Amino acid sequence: MSAILVLIVIGILITLIVQSMPSIKSLGIGYLWGKVWDPVNNIYGAYPFLIGTLLTSFTALIISIPFSYAISIYLGEYNTKGWLSNLLKNTIELIAAVPSIIYGFWGLFVLVPIIRSFEAKIGVAPYGVGVFTSSLILAVMIIPYAASLGTSLIRMVPSPLKEGAYALGATRWEVIRSVVLPYTKSGLFAGILLSLGRALGETMAVTLLIGNTSAVAHTFKDAFFGPGNTMASVIANEFTEADHTVYLSALIELGLVLFFVTVVINLIGKRIITKYTNN
Amino acid sequence: MDARIGIRNTKSIIFKSVIVFLAFVITIPLIVVLLYIIKQGVTQVNWHFLTNVPAPVGEPGGGISNALVGSLIIVAMSAVIAIPVGILAGIYLSENANTKLAYYSGLCVDILQGVPSIVVGIVVYFWIVKPLGTFSAISGSVALAIMMLPIVIRSTEQTLKLLPDSLKEAGLSLGVPYYRVILKVIVPCGFAGILSGIMLSIARIIGETAPLLFTAFGNPYLSTAITKPMQSLPLLIFNYATSPYDDWHNLAWGASFILLMFVLLLNIFTKLITRKWNIQL
Amino acid sequence: MEHTIVSASKFNAWFGDNHVVKDVSIEIEKNQVIAVMGPSGCGKTTFLRCINRMHELIPGATAKGSLKLYSDDVYTMNPIYVRYKIGMVFQRPNPFPNLSIYDNVVAGYKLNGLKMAKADMDVIVEKSLTSAALWKEVKDSLHKKGTFLSGGQQQRLCIARAIAMEPEVILFDEPTSALDPISTSSVEQLFHELKANYTLIIVTHNMQQAARVSDKTAFFYVGELVEFDDTKQMFTAPSDVRTQNYITGRFS
Repeated sequence: MSAILVLIVIGILITLIVQSMPSIKSLGIGYLWGKVWDPVNNIYGAYPFLIGTLLTSFTALIISIPFSYAISIYLGEYNTKGWLSNLLKNTIELIAAVPSIIYGFWGLFVLVPIIRSFEAKIGVAPYGVGVFTSSLILAVMIIPYAASLGTSLIRMVPSPLKEGAYALGATRWEVIRSVVLPYTKSGLFAGILLSLGRALGETMAVTLLIGNTSAVAHTFKDAFFGPGNTMASVIANEFTEADHTVYLSALIELGLVLFFVTVVINLIGKRIITKYTNN
Repeated sequence: MDARIGIRNTKSIIFKSVIVFLAFVITIPLIVVLLYIIKQGVTQVNWHFLTNVPAPVGEPGGGISNALVGSLIIVAMSAVIAIPVGILAGIYLSENANTKLAYYSGLCVDILQGVPSIVVGIVVYFWIVKPLGTFSAISGSVALAIMMLPIVIRSTEQTLKLLPDSLKEAGLSLGVPYYRVILKVIVPCGFAGILSGIMLSIARIIGETAPLLFTAFGNPYLSTAITKPMQSLPLLIFNYATSPYDDWHNLAWGASFILLMFVLLLNIFTKLITRKWNIQL
Repeated sequence: MEHTIVSASKFNAWFGDNHVVKDVSIEIEKNQVIAVMGPSGCGKTTFLRCINRMHELIPGATAKGSLKLYSDDVYTMNPIYVRYKIGMVFQRPNPFPNLSIYDNVVAGYKLNGLKMAKADMDVIVEKSLTSAALWKEVKDSLHKKGTFLSGGQQQRLCIARAIAMEPEVILFDEPTSALDPISTSSVEQLFHELKANYTLIIVTHNMQQAARVSDKTAFFYVGELVEFDDTKQMFTAPSDVRTQNYITGRFS
């Protein structure tokens, strides 16, 4: 029965590769760093989307890290039981439960105007939508993944280790810094990888908030605060419009890249976790 | 020495305050989003809203009945596909943990869990939509079922692995054949865990939009034909939220509210089950 | 011997390459209580589990030799049938947590899909629980789940469950090692009553228990059956020096 799983995964891989073949053949490897995406004139380059994906995901990741760590340390160390900790734990799980389309929709109508006026204040073009805005929402959405993993890992730190440090007169913070965090270092890193994997594959919230422009910006400021596109969002927007084979195939090739990247990141993350929990 | 200790203690307290602040501040966005959706959406919901299809542009009124029915049908079909396969695979993985097949299947479950939902949509497009020649509800269900599988499998596997071996031995020693011990002793004992895995996977997929973009595609009319395009709540929200019409925005708010309520209720229900039915061993 | 019910002849068992039961030959008579004792790792539990063919369920476990129920080799019989005839009670009480007391007793029938009229099942439940000295304590809570019972009661429930299948032999794998002294003595009391209708083979770590309850005792050491004799004889004047050392506590 579970052989079906192997079949499904292999099937996915094969389909993606086969359907990407037309664009791989006609565009070659240079597609990946081509800077112009102009389907009307049959010019395809994936660079804008790679940039968009990397910018949104890593910005979201960086924003989310302090919060994920704080939650993990709080729930794993300071407050492991009781109504307040359960409340926080359930709230975090709720963040992950809300469908991404709802985050996107809300962001479009509430966050975008706020960001627009913020951008006007700091002197950048006030689009409202863009990489920055999507990163913000994405950050919130991916926090639960690293947080829940981090919490379990921190709770697993053996008491004798911590007690040894306390017995030497360490303060709470010092025990956390010198015992708990080093012990869980690789596990927490794995949690970040999983959050990253989630961010890379996120489609709907980003599609609604990123502005859907396939041009490459000229300065970092423009790229960051202005509109853009990620691999996932361009597929979502243009897949059903793609009217010729190479166009469609180019989009699918993006899907193939996404597949590999997210799968590799997730597997590395999971491998670290199993190694860690078997210690 | 004393001054050093004082400083260190203060540092510890400051650190704790920062942690507590960061941990709790993150609940604010969630609360803001929930309240906003509720505020915007609850006023939209009435009997008319639930029983009519969206009105054409310019006409007031209309509702989301096509999306409600569509979501129900698509999710039900996904569940029918994914639950048996998932539970059986989970049983296999927990009973045969050391075989090569188990290793590779487990790997594939992990891979599937990480695949972006839009990629699943692309693939199912080529597997079902193209051969059938049309977008269809069934293709949407297959895509969603693929996304449900890892959750159902993992929770079944974990639940069964936690059951003590003595249960199996007791059954076998009574002369009960192996497959019967699994079906009639092990699975019922793990029922709560398996059920919560199922509920969680359903809560996950009813809000999924991306896999349905090129499979179920959406439909402005109420349809129950599974080989034709079908509307669903998240698709409706996506289409109408990005439209320029205020009327349609309102429909999207109402739909968001309904979707949110479904997801919340499923999650709460799951938590209650795991708390109440935890069979003590 | 005409009253022989279980017999082994040059019986061997392995876990992978590990030879844990070596050339064991024994003849056990009907309606007796046999204690099987020996130090940890001597093969006594493994041998016990071979009798009802539970041994082979462990991956890599093999067995060779003759092991008979009456005159039939259990290894040529259908294992399911073997387990109907030879029941087992385990070290930790393991009633099915999702079944009521009533359903636990008849679990052997229900799980096997053996249909029976309710009236007949009621008779079996009462008879088995009475034989396990549990009927009076649970007759008013038959439909509750068994997990509120004490350890000793749960173990007696497991005994009732085994008895309900009307086996000829009941195997006990250290049945009281997880129980407190009072529950232990209630179970030991049961052995006396059960032997009228069944043959009991009890693996035990507890020498005093072996001395208290059994008619004959088998002493295993490093996979071999060293001595098999009347319990009184074994504990007062054992023939083998290894038995002597064990009994006098030179090793356990």
